[in-house]
Amino acid sequence: MNSVLRNLARQSRRNSVSSRVACALLAILLPAVSRAQTSSSDSPVPILSGSAGYFNFVTAGQNQIDAQVNPVLLLPLGDQWLVESRAEFEGAFQRPPGGGPYGGGVSKNLDYAQVDYIANPYLTITLGRFLTPFGIFNERLYPIWIRSLQQDPLILPLSAESSDGMMFRGGFPVNAEANLSYAVYGSAISTVHNNLQSDRNVGGRVGIFLPDSRLEVGTSWQKLLQDTRTNSFGFYFAWQPQRLPLNMHGEYARSNQGSGYWVDGAYRLSQVTYWQRVMRRVEFAGRAEQFFSGEISSDEAEAIGLPGASTREGEFGLNYYLHDGVKAVASYGRQFSSEGNFNLWTVGITYRFLLPLGRVGQQ
Amino acid sequence: MRLKLIVASCALALITALCMAVDSPHSGPTIPVAQNSVQADAMRLEGEKRFHANCGRCHAAPQKFPPRMMATIVRHMRVRATITDEDMRLVLFYMTQ
Repeated sequence: MNSVLRNLARQSRRNSVSSRVACALLAILLPAVSRAQTSSSDSPVPILSGSAGYFNFVTAGQNQIDAQVNPVLLLPLGDQWLVESRAEFEGAFQRPPGGGPYGGGVSKNLDYAQVDYIANPYLTITLGRFLTPFGIFNERLYPIWIRSLQQDPLILPLSAESSDGMMFRGGFPVNAEANLSYAVYGSAISTVHNNLQSDRNVGGRVGIFLPDSRLEVGTSWQKLLQDTRTNSFGFYFAWQPQRLPLNMHGEYARSNQGSGYWVDGAYRLSQVTYWQRVMRRVEFAGRAEQFFSGEISSDEAEAIGLPGASTREGEFGLNYYLHDGVKAVASYGRQFSSEGNFNLWTVGITYRFLLPLGRVGQQ
Repeated sequence: MRLKLIVASCALALITALCMAVDSPHSGPTIPVAQNSVQADAMRLEGEKRFHANCGRCHAAPQKFPPRMMATIVRHMRVRATITDEDMRLVLFYMTQ
């Protein structure tokens, strides 16, 4: 009986502490938000942006029709606040193994829904559900209108794609030739809904960007604070040579689930002197990647989207920019592993849209 | 207990940051104003350079949008790509002037 009462009292104290913290945060945030409601002729306007795409993925001879819409909502408040969110609606349809009509479902996912507070030139505070800053692909290269090849890198599932919690981040010049960027975060475990799931973890990323040589290198770390309590770490780079229309990226990541790397490059034919109207819209892309199995079983690996065995893959693509925001894509890749080798074909089109949700005046 | 400490630390950090922001001379992303045409040209050139260096790291150059839209886009990219405050202001100037 005493232990029950003690537990109740402890629970009550815990709720009381949580309530007090929540009230304190609200008391701080609400006046700041209300102060932030300003308007002027050049004040930022809410925007509905995002991308839509249609693809045919042929993997080992099996065709999959994929249609997706990824709306992004940007809601600026005053000079220092931004509420932003991205959802993902994806329909994937394919024939059953024995033949028959195409079937499948539409998956819905909330990639991020966050409140950003730009506290000062060095610090932005983010609260809510955010893209986990591990490497660069997940945060910066994931949208279909940005990525040069539509297949996900093999090592993408090695870190959590979204986290629910709080993040501090920023970027500032350390001298005339280098900028430093950082992000540190803590995430709580969330199992309330399929679309809001996250792990309990902490982590961070730091990068150095050299604007003159257009080279960025960085490293990421993540510690899982549940289950196996394992560490993950990784490195990344991004490089755009000054004299060539070449865009290169690469990542390495390692955790108990496996390790691997990818390197990709996209070369725009904007410097070709003949058929310029056509050639400047053409881009060649290529990626080489490798995944090494980790300490988990092949079934566990496949359940989280990793290959079931150590795998190598090469992919080449051709992109054609039809118009600003509209891109036709085609690629061929081949995957090699002990589970079998097969081809990957992709054909599709991507569209990036951007709509103001208010009066914008003249350009 | 550890969770409480984390929550308390985060709350403290948030309060500190908010207090720092009150005294900060940078109130947020607004389009910078050039004093004369020479300065405007210089800012535009520098803005173009920073635009290609920062935005080109991930995607092809988009078309220009009205200033109120660009202000939102640049703020979004400041958070997403951890662009520095100075770079963001110069890119905004280049994309809107």
